[in-house]
Amino acid sequence: MLAAVLTIGGIGLVAAVALGIAAKKFAVEVDPRELAVLEVLPGANCGACGLPGCAGYAKGVVEGTIAANLCTPGGAESVEQIAHILGIEAVTADPKVAVVLCQGDNQKATAKYRYLGLDDCNAAQKIADGPKACPGGCLGLGSCERACPFGAIEMTPEGLAVISREKCTGCEKCVAACPRQVISMAPLDAMTHVLCNSHDKGAAVRKYCQIGCIACHICKKTAPEAYKVENFLAIVEYEHHLEAAAAIGKCPTKCIRDFSTGYPQGSSYPAPSVPVNRDSAA
Amino acid sequence: MTTMKQKTFAGGLHPPDSKKYSAHKPIERCPLPDELIIPAAQHIGAPAEICVAVGERVKKGQVIAVAKGFVSVPIHASTSGEVIAVEPRLHPMGRPLPSVVIKPDGADQWDETLKGNDPEQLDAATLKNLIRDAGIVGLGGATFPAHVKLSPPQDKAIDTLILNGVECEPFLTADHRLMLEEAERIIDGIKILCKVLAVDKAIIGIEANKPDAIEYLRKECAPHQIQVQSLKVQYPQGAEKQLIDACTGRQVPSGGLPMDCGIVVQNVGTAAAISDAIRLGRPLVERITTITGPAVVEAKNLLIAIGTPLSHLVAQCGGLNGEPAKIIMGGPMMGQTQLSLEVPAIRGTSGLLIFREEDLPQMKAGPCIRCGRCISVCPIHLQPTTIAAYARLELVDEAADYHALDCIECGCCTYICPATLPLVQSIRHIKGGILAKRRKL
Repeated sequence: MLAAVLTIGGIGLVAAVALGIAAKKFAVEVDPRELAVLEVLPGANCGACGLPGCAGYAKGVVEGTIAANLCTPGGAESVEQIAHILGIEAVTADPKVAVVLCQGDNQKATAKYRYLGLDDCNAAQKIADGPKACPGGCLGLGSCERACPFGAIEMTPEGLAVISREKCTGCEKCVAACPRQVISMAPLDAMTHVLCNSHDKGAAVRKYCQIGCIACHICKKTAPEAYKVENFLAIVEYEHHLEAAAAIGKCPTKCIRDFSTGYPQGSSYPAPSVPVNRDSAA
Repeated sequence: MTTMKQKTFAGGLHPPDSKKYSAHKPIERCPLPDELIIPAAQHIGAPAEICVAVGERVKKGQVIAVAKGFVSVPIHASTSGEVIAVEPRLHPMGRPLPSVVIKPDGADQWDETLKGNDPEQLDAATLKNLIRDAGIVGLGGATFPAHVKLSPPQDKAIDTLILNGVECEPFLTADHRLMLEEAERIIDGIKILCKVLAVDKAIIGIEANKPDAIEYLRKECAPHQIQVQSLKVQYPQGAEKQLIDACTGRQVPSGGLPMDCGIVVQNVGTAAAISDAIRLGRPLVERITTITGPAVVEAKNLLIAIGTPLSHLVAQCGGLNGEPAKIIMGGPMMGQTQLSLEVPAIRGTSGLLIFREEDLPQMKAGPCIRCGRCISVCPIHLQPTTIAAYARLELVDEAADYHALDCIECGCCTYICPATLPLVQSIRHIKGGILAKRRKL
């Protein structure tokens, strides 16, 4: 009994001493600023900064190899804190939010064929360019929803991705996950968007979608500064986004939406408050 | 011969072959449609480049698109007439692709410059060039350019030619009819292929559900030292690597090609087309296609001009008895679903299957129950369910470790899966991911 206690105790003692020496001798020196920066980062490891995780970004920022304002989820707040820690001047990037430029759910947009395969937009897109007749519309299989590290995307019951303006941090993971480039980054304070991504001519769009842009130019005539029509698709000029709302009532297909009046049909998200600029504390 | 044990491979399954609808129907020539839509992309490899303009008059067999690169073949006019459009048209791939639209003049006149040759007088290199210029591709459905398979590198010694007359896809009977009706063309093509490859051993592999074709070809092949091998009815017996295993017992290594074990495989239809290309100088402008399925009034084996719209083929078979719900080009296991009957039949169109809503199974995918049936039927001995799980999670490296790239996409796993999971689609999806990642590195 005693022998056993002494043996185990002895092994423990030797190991403890060895570990204690090793911890002192092989200690990795970490710049305390790095830990401080890591502390103020959101810790989502989303990769929006271009590095694999928050730790890598913190290291890069402290070493000065990467700009201090690349953490979109952290926003202006984290930029200011990082600047404070490092004693540099804070240069905030304009906060952005991801917007799904489509309202053509399974009710409003027609399908080319019945898709019975894997629930993955990229897999579906490989089969005859996707089941939706529209070449640019949301496929509704939720690849962006699964890619979002912040749970900011929901799929409506009729198969349309909707991104919460409150939860979105602008990391752009969804933009990369979408095979149809239907998700676009827009300034956070721009509430009015043309929710269509089809560059087909109006007659073609009318055949497959009730709510697509037909490039009739009425929005451009109503608010010339706020819109441009490129390749049969109207786009909001975000520098003049405040004027864009004037054309909403004029759009014959109702494809322009002011998010302050609510999200597209089928979404469970409550209408976002205006303005929702989380970084404009002033 | 029935006493001899039928040769086969390990794995696979036996779906109902459904060949009775068209197996007894002799090959019928399909009349020309009002317009032929001939796409520039009809083979594996680089699409051909269109070299005719609207308004031009073309003769049957004239080149209308030239080959671009080594793994490519030219495309020829399937009849004489006028080019009325050169524009993107809906392709069997599911999207509009550049095509030449020809309005037939009714004369169906061959290009006079096309001359036949005696294969005995030509050397292997010349024969190979003639095969390429005739646009010969694998007619089993994969449409791989024949001349590429016939050009193995110096260090790969080929000792055996295998002719694929298996036709293991359910419903299809085009090769069966060809073997019964055109044996002399097939044999002539085999002799040309043997000369090109400098081999003297040729085996025709045929599934045992075509005893008439086996018996007839054995009789016809006897004087030519061509062996006819009866094979067990088992899908995918006609897949290249499985056929090699069954006929010779040799295994094609993972990631390798048949030439790595000294073998070249060609379809019997390809052999017949090669005979025409050399002896008559006629390029590949027509093929035999089985038009069948529950929605087709009278199933038939038609000899069609390449570029004939599917709707015209259906009309030749008495039309449809119901609303088509699923149109498949090729066989039901590996064929490609079509968006419309306005798509043209191309060089790889071995069959056209049309189903109505009531003929289709009611699929409702459930979770994997870990029964392992997909593993027992996989002819490559992969773990489809595991790879599919990796595909769902986009775990590219893990899927590659499980040899996802060796999958031949035969469809056995999806067919057998009691949870009706889209296994092949998942594996194909991750194969694309693996290849994309390798390109990036």
